[in-house]
Amino acid sequence: MTLRKRLSGWLADAALIVYFVFALFPIAWMLILSLKPTNELFSTYFSFSPTLDGYRTVLGDSEGIPFVRFFVNSLVVSLGAVLLSLLVGLPAAYASARWRFRGSENLMFTLLSFRFAPELTVIIPLFVLYQKLGLFDTYVGMIWVLQLVTLPLIVWIMRSYFADLTPELEQAALLDGYTRKQAFFRVALPLVKPGVAAVSLLAFIFAWNNFVFPLILTSNEAQTVTVGALSFLGGDRPKYNLTAAAALVSVVPPLLLALTIQRYLVRGLSFGAVKS
Amino acid sequence: MRLALRPYVLIVPALLLTCGILYPFGLGLYYTLFDFSASKPQPDMVRFENYQTVFTQDAFWNSAWVTVLYAVGAAAAETFLGVAVALLLHRSSIVGRVLEKILILPLMIAPVIAAIIWKLMLQPSVGVINYLLKPVGLGDVQWTDTPTGALLSSIAVDVWVYTPFVAILALAGLRSLPTSPFEAAAVDGASWWYTFRRLTLPMLWPYVLVAVIFRFMDSLKVFDIIYALTEGGPGDSTVVLQIRAYLEAIRFQRYSFGISYTIVLWAVVYLAAMVLVRHLGKIQRKAAEVAPK
Repeated sequence: MTLRKRLSGWLADAALIVYFVFALFPIAWMLILSLKPTNELFSTYFSFSPTLDGYRTVLGDSEGIPFVRFFVNSLVVSLGAVLLSLLVGLPAAYASARWRFRGSENLMFTLLSFRFAPELTVIIPLFVLYQKLGLFDTYVGMIWVLQLVTLPLIVWIMRSYFADLTPELEQAALLDGYTRKQAFFRVALPLVKPGVAAVSLLAFIFAWNNFVFPLILTSNEAQTVTVGALSFLGGDRPKYNLTAAAALVSVVPPLLLALTIQRYLVRGLSFGAVKS
Repeated sequence: MRLALRPYVLIVPALLLTCGILYPFGLGLYYTLFDFSASKPQPDMVRFENYQTVFTQDAFWNSAWVTVLYAVGAAAAETFLGVAVALLLHRSSIVGRVLEKILILPLMIAPVIAAIIWKLMLQPSVGVINYLLKPVGLGDVQWTDTPTGALLSSIAVDVWVYTPFVAILALAGLRSLPTSPFEAAAVDGASWWYTFRRLTLPMLWPYVLVAVIFRFMDSLKVFDIIYALTEGGPGDSTVVLQIRAYLEAIRFQRYSFGISYTIVLWAVVYLAAMVLVRHLGKIQRKAAEVAPK
């Protein structure tokens, strides 16, 4: 290897490291901040006596903020939205991948266009509607509205997975005497199982990370971690260590899930527009 | 006959759920024709007066301007940085292979949490950023307390969260490019810059464009980052359209007026989506001609 090539290699690595410091430092700093005792919050930047008190306070319902309940709420509504979306989204994705029918493309584009709709357009009417129907600040109300996040994702990604299967597989199953339903459940579905798993996790992450729906459509009972984490910033004395601890606790599930589905992320993030 | 019906039967449940969302959308559109607010629970029909007010307000044009600045700034910075990171990772050194595994981390953090994190770091007197800048003589920058600083800071948070998105898509694109043109260029002794400009970039562009479209459209409707970082301030220097709609509809409880804002934004985003998606189709066809797979 020539000297010049080796030098440019080092430069490239150095540039990468600079970017990754920018990308990772905030997360590392939150960890440091969350471990600081309250009396060392505003001094002794990188040397301090670490304590888990911040986490204890955040997870212990003190400060009048039931963070554990918000965490459970996030789990329930995100899981609910994903399950409901899978239930209605998988058949729709399969149908649109297998049959070209009148209006299929338009229906699919309409579904995708929700990905680009400003959330507040539907939230404000929903806010008024939910008040009337008693859905405000409830699990059902949140699951219902999180469809806007999870359903288009699941339909579009699973459509591209189903489209990649050759129809001959199911036709062979039909010749063997399977019904259409059996062909779907015993042949097509098992083959796209990795896709279903990946897209479910991704949809869960998106639902978990949503902020604007719970901000406006919940107040306390069904509030989620994204809104809950913000409440530690309020009050007369800023509680930076608690805010940092809450922020970190709230990002653990999405980070863990993301690392497990890394391989499938590209197709999911781009709604199937770029296949991995 | 049964066969022709089947796709519709399978798709109906999804459509019903979708209608559950379309209904409030229609309802919102209907509300905008009324003077509906907390102080006027029995609203009068005002037809298009809300929209007239929107378009004649300085506040709207200011918000529209801020929104465009934000969206263009964020999308441009993310594209540039994301493609650069992808190119560096594509060299696949040991450092690159290790770092690639953690590329997605910021992207998986909720934008509102990212904004909280950055808000803590950007505090003028106690934040870690000013602490680290002290040695170079920049110890007390008012990051989010000046109009320009607030806008740039919120763009920076967007860049922090979403650069990995562009990088991931660009990297996937780079890895799916055919190798033969690059081998031919290497044999011909083409320079790195020439190869990049004449081969890499044109073939990669369709992949990057998908990312750019997603980022631009998403940034036009940014809400959570601004809400948590600046709440639209100082003054109204970061009041993007969704924040303005939120302030009008929720804070000041002028429901129908606030919804008018979001309908205008929705129309703009929808039109932008149509234009960009059509352009994307054209670019993809062109790229397919240049590099048949």
